[in-house]
Amino acid sequence: MIANQLDFDDVQGLVRFAFGSMHQAYFYLVRIKDLAAARSWLLNAHVTTARTLAPPPTTALQVAFTVEGLNALGVPSEAIEGFAPEFLSGMAGDASRSRRLGDLGRNAPSEWRWGHPDRTPHLAIMMYGQEDEMEKCEAEFKGPSWDTAFEVLERLETSHLGEVEPFGFVDGISQPTIDWEEKRKIHGDQLQYNNVVALGEFLLGYSNEYNKYTDRPLLDPSSKSAAELLPALDQPQQKDLGRNGTYLVMRQLEQDVRGLWQFVDKATGSKPGERTRLAEAMVGRAMDGSPLVPLQDKPIDGVGEDEKDRAYNQFTYDSDPAGVRCPFGAHIRRSNPRNADFPNPVKGMISHLVQTFGFGRKSIRDDLMSPTRFHRLLRRGREYGPGLSPQDALQPKPADDPERGLHFICVNANIARQFEFVQGAWLMSTKFNGLSEESDPLMGNREPVAGCPYPAYFSIPSESGLRERRSDLPQFVTVRGGAYFFLPSLRALKYFATVGT
Amino acid sequence: MTFQSSFMVVAPLDVKRTDELRSLLATMNRAPGNANPDNALIPFGKLEDLHFARIVVLEDQTLDDDTTAYGLPRVNYPLYLAFLADFDGDVNRFRREMVNVAGKGLKQIFSFCTDFKPGTDILPWMKKHEHRPATMYNNWVGRAMQQIREENVLRQAVQARVFQNSSEFQKKSPEDIRRVVKEFVTQEVNDQRLTLTPLRKPPLSWRIRNLLNLIFVPLLLLILSPLILIYLPIFAFQLRRREKRDLEIAPRPQAEYVNRLARLEDHDVTNQFTAMGSLKPGLFRRWTLVVLLWLIEYTTRHIYTRGHLARVPSIHFARWVFIDKKKRLVFCSNYDGSLESYMDDFINKVAFGLNVVFSNGIGYPTTNWLFFQGAKDEQKFKYFIRRHELPTEVWYDGHSGLTNFDLLRNALIRSGLEQRSMTNAEAIQWLQLL
Repeated sequence: MIANQLDFDDVQGLVRFAFGSMHQAYFYLVRIKDLAAARSWLLNAHVTTARTLAPPPTTALQVAFTVEGLNALGVPSEAIEGFAPEFLSGMAGDASRSRRLGDLGRNAPSEWRWGHPDRTPHLAIMMYGQEDEMEKCEAEFKGPSWDTAFEVLERLETSHLGEVEPFGFVDGISQPTIDWEEKRKIHGDQLQYNNVVALGEFLLGYSNEYNKYTDRPLLDPSSKSAAELLPALDQPQQKDLGRNGTYLVMRQLEQDVRGLWQFVDKATGSKPGERTRLAEAMVGRAMDGSPLVPLQDKPIDGVGEDEKDRAYNQFTYDSDPAGVRCPFGAHIRRSNPRNADFPNPVKGMISHLVQTFGFGRKSIRDDLMSPTRFHRLLRRGREYGPGLSPQDALQPKPADDPERGLHFICVNANIARQFEFVQGAWLMSTKFNGLSEESDPLMGNREPVAGCPYPAYFSIPSESGLRERRSDLPQFVTVRGGAYFFLPSLRALKYFATVGT
Repeated sequence: MTFQSSFMVVAPLDVKRTDELRSLLATMNRAPGNANPDNALIPFGKLEDLHFARIVVLEDQTLDDDTTAYGLPRVNYPLYLAFLADFDGDVNRFRREMVNVAGKGLKQIFSFCTDFKPGTDILPWMKKHEHRPATMYNNWVGRAMQQIREENVLRQAVQARVFQNSSEFQKKSPEDIRRVVKEFVTQEVNDQRLTLTPLRKPPLSWRIRNLLNLIFVPLLLLILSPLILIYLPIFAFQLRRREKRDLEIAPRPQAEYVNRLARLEDHDVTNQFTAMGSLKPGLFRRWTLVVLLWLIEYTTRHIYTRGHLARVPSIHFARWVFIDKKKRLVFCSNYDGSLESYMDDFINKVAFGLNVVFSNGIGYPTTNWLFFQGAKDEQKFKYFIRRHELPTEVWYDGHSGLTNFDLLRNALIRSGLEQRSMTNAEAIQWLQLL
């Protein structure tokens, strides 16, 4: 295959940047009120691209669509049908999906503020800027036609808590490294954990970790407005509506910061050191972000752009097979188990063959998990609500306690295999990696499953044998809204704005 | 040890009454597709030796693929009802017990079959419609329901004991803690609050048959090896010619159909999977598959009998069954986790195993030398799988809530207790199981 000539000006900036220097953001969830005005707004929107600029921009605008939004714009059904089934049915679109994602009980879509079928946005319009410039930035991005074009469902505000997320842990420090230039050869099994991930896992139209192209809408070049779209790399006679676009998953997650710290405080008999230790075991990192397992000497591909990254990420769990340093159930060990395609080291062809046929197993936990590389997420979330230190969180909740949490945002090219898999099979599963009766200590909904009526434990394996078993974990995180969006390329954005006219 | 057996009754249905049958079957469930153990028709919960059971209408959605791929006329196969069970002990004994417990309900269900009349004698009828699997897989050969139940109660009792007051063990060595637990369990057994029935050896007849099979297959292969060696290049030629020519049929399945399947999933930590399809036409594919399944059966009988099928630990029971004179194949399994993780296992851990079997079916993603590619074409493979999957109307799991790992851990807890003494390291490992 010829090396791709990726046009960064066609890709929305969020895929490449987190816009970290822009501390403030507003996420508008809107419905289209006036079609002509909405189309004209879209055509004139200064969407920030993935090109690096000097000096770097101080504001950014990103636009993403739900399937309802595409329908409202009059995008033809032949084009829409080619999107991922999960996107078409929506995050809250069917009860089976909600069951898989753990959106049950208090997390059920019927309880959501937005994103349930009666209140689904058409677009997410995301504005980023400096704290003191938001007003100006907002007015500029909105332009004159905004009020005619859109009805605002939600204006989600964000806050900047420094490096930490609302519970008080340093966050956002582990991300996959995207192989933008497609230099990494994907061939056969990956024998070591690797943080470089195929471009096609995060951008449609490029080959993924299976060295295949993820399904996306391909159009006949003669179909309306399709002429300016790029051709599909795997089928050059077709136009690729997905190319340089991707899916954006957004979930508003309310965090009960007081609930978490008061729980660990009570569980440890109010000993400050113990309290922190328990919370850190639940997260899987120390509060300052350093991992609970020792760093390894050997570099990991895609880790180590700087000293800090190495200090945060140059580790796997190979050195901790019993989970005594970082519990199996810790949030970060569930969400990124950092394993390779084989559970044990493969040394040479014979060993490869032997292990392929299921021999040479070393632990009863071998092969319980899927290889990580097929389930990576690019996280682009932002916190909301005021900060609250762990110390203050121990105080009783005042009547007017503001809501805190995370606007969880992730980018992935295959919603089912990436976001939904991590959420369902790893975070919410009560049987992850041989555990029983516990789901993610932070994210778990504690809803009973058949044969597992009480999934409210958290286990910390111990070097001396008997695990430390914490019980009665309350629900700390509640889903308040969510939707699947398509984050189009700039060419596709233009297509959406014109095809229905 | 008790050996496990299975049966599969396949009988033609009265097509006009299929919807009526589906409504009746739905009354057996507590959640979509998940049987209520005390349902009025077949109270599965009363059958203590039963691991899994399912009732499914074998309605292949892909019958037109023969025409698409090979221009063959559509074959009007009968629509079948299939009733499957995996259980401990002898099949004749189990069938009788089942008829004793649920004769009336079974009759009501089977009366939807064309040749089941009001006066039909149910046992011989079931026997007559029995379809033996070409390959049968059992995650842990010999692990009986009684053992599963007793060991799960044991684990719960031991956990309740050690976690009631963890400070009590703080100063004790791992081996001392184990001894405390051991004494506790002995006491519980003596007081008849716990039962741990000794694990028996399988009957001699079973062991002899198994041993004969163990020797016979390699012996036969050895005897035939000159012929096999001569035929191998011809086989390779025949295979490659077909692999280059055979059509892939793996469009995205209809959303409605996928939703219908998904509605039945993830109500338990274990799920069911039933799929079917037609073999590619001609004797080459048919006999390739017959031989391969026969070889795989050998591995599941003698090699993969302890917790994992090749690299996959999540499958409880699985079977591959020919129907309609080996023109079609039905695959049924019971697996831990969600379908997405099951398919992940398929693709990332045993793609070769799926390829050698299912590439003989119409429309499977193209393989390379039988073993390679195929399932590795992730998206096409997932579409293929979903398209061929059937909604399992009723599914029963005799140990709901327990994964293979749970069962293994429970057994290890027990065997650790039965040991006289342990080194410090062994005792630590054992305690970590709790």
